[in-house]
Amino acid sequence: MFAMGTGTVNISIADIWHAIMGLFSSNSANSQINTILFDIRLPRILLALCLGAILAISGAVMQGLFRNPLADPSLIGVSGGASVGASIVIVMAGGWIQNGAALGLSAVAAGAFAGGFIATILVYRLATSQIGTSVTTMLLAGIAIGAIAGALNSLLSYFADNDMLRQISLWQMGNLSTANWSRVAMVVAVAALLAGLFPRDSRALNALLLGESEARHLGIDVQRVKRRLIVLTALGIGTSVAMAGMIGFVGLIVPHAIRLLIGPDHSWLLPGSALAGAILLIIADSLARVVVAPTELPTGILTALLGAPFFVALLIQRRREI
Amino acid sequence: MALMADNISLHISGFNLLRDVSMRVERGTVTAIVGPNGAGKSSLLKVLTGEMTATTGQVSLNHQPLSTWALEDKAKMLAVLPQHTVLNFPFTADEVVALGRIPHQTGKRKDEIIVADALKAVDASYLEKRFYTQMSGGEKQRVQLARGLAQIWEPTQLGDQFLVLDEPTSAFDLSHQKLTLEIVRGLAERGIGVVMVLHDLNLAARCADNLVVFDSGAIAAQGSPDEVLTERLISQVFGVKSIIAKHPVTQKPLVIT
Repeated sequence: MFAMGTGTVNISIADIWHAIMGLFSSNSANSQINTILFDIRLPRILLALCLGAILAISGAVMQGLFRNPLADPSLIGVSGGASVGASIVIVMAGGWIQNGAALGLSAVAAGAFAGGFIATILVYRLATSQIGTSVTTMLLAGIAIGAIAGALNSLLSYFADNDMLRQISLWQMGNLSTANWSRVAMVVAVAALLAGLFPRDSRALNALLLGESEARHLGIDVQRVKRRLIVLTALGIGTSVAMAGMIGFVGLIVPHAIRLLIGPDHSWLLPGSALAGAILLIIADSLARVVVAPTELPTGILTALLGAPFFVALLIQRRREI
Repeated sequence: MALMADNISLHISGFNLLRDVSMRVERGTVTAIVGPNGAGKSSLLKVLTGEMTATTGQVSLNHQPLSTWALEDKAKMLAVLPQHTVLNFPFTADEVVALGRIPHQTGKRKDEIIVADALKAVDASYLEKRFYTQMSGGEKQRVQLARGLAQIWEPTQLGDQFLVLDEPTSAFDLSHQKLTLEIVRGLAERGIGVVMVLHDLNLAARCADNLVVFDSGAIAAQGSPDEVLTERLISQVFGVKSIIAKHPVTQKPLVIT
């Protein structure tokens, strides 16, 4: 409600209520307000909700999978890979994507998914040796992959024409302003898929925190679980990058904060992260729309500005307890 | 029924880590593996627990090749505790021990009772709600031991159960070393077969039914501690001069160096 009311054009709660009621009684009082609410703001809020949940739950899964609370889709090069994948599709596919067809959008999402998937596999392979997955190697591999992705992105931007360039740069800022109902439908589908499948592996993720061979001794088919989680994470990150670009910190800070609050047990951590991620992104996006009205800030900037202080506060509070 | 290794060899990148090793761990017995650093004790444990596959030879658990057991069934019979478990996430002790219940579907209430009992067995009840990441080395090792105990707390119809420990007492003070040995003997009385790598020969002599001395990837001697521990063997394997005496109370061999 609050998020629906906020924006360059302020709409009072009463008007929103009126508009919602109007939907059911089918005598729309004010078509301008309706347009703003249901065609612009509501899809955007839903997009923020689902993307926040996807980013945070994927971050939580990655941190568990890599056994490292620092793993973050953007830190280990996955977001970079996804953004390259998306850029390639835009540049290669050329004009027909801008017509806004759902098909074009899915192609971009597929590109982002493929890019994110390849990056995840590369980082994982590079970091994993016979002794296990090395955290340092993983972070370094992430930096390398991220650098390659950055270079490829620049290269693609260099060859792209103006329209493509605009599309590419829109993502890199992390923006939700392109929300529309077909995007929402896609993101809702992905979010529902992840929310349905990830929690089924929470016991396996808990066991994986001990190490891969320990998890195997506890009867977990580590290889299969790992493959499933990597594919789903790449799907989630790929979709989110394709829809809204690089929105950093949600995937890193939300699971971290939730872990500090309720502990590392994944059966609580995963739903908790999804919920908190959704809330954080909705708030960040609402603020992004108003702080420099009538223009907008890229949402990615605000997630960092909102998330980081909260995280620091948690760290300080914890330190006092110890 | 038993956990058995039949003529296993392990070659990795040109090195013969294990050469023609045969041993069996019977139900209700304690087997201690001793030997110098790099002799292949940990490799043997990895092959015994299915973490590595032997180049030749076969490992079997309760008369069935180890690799043919379903992972979850195997986990119900065989609990394994490695030398070091790195856990960087702030689980509380009871949460860590509860991980040992993953292969079993016995319900939350029963698991809670077992977790509490397992912690009590390793003298770690006071750690229950403490964060694993803030414990001392010895406390962590006790919590891990409790996790292994919780995994085989109750018998299963699938077959006999086994516990494999890699240097379980390395971070323990004297009283907890003694406690571990008592726990291990108690498990054996309940019919569980225990295999453990130990460094302290006297500790091994005190609690093992079967002592396996390992040297450069092969078994140098195995049998009861009385038979195996000789001055000659110790100088041969460890390169250390020693005197074998009798422990005045337990009458077990006592290695004095």
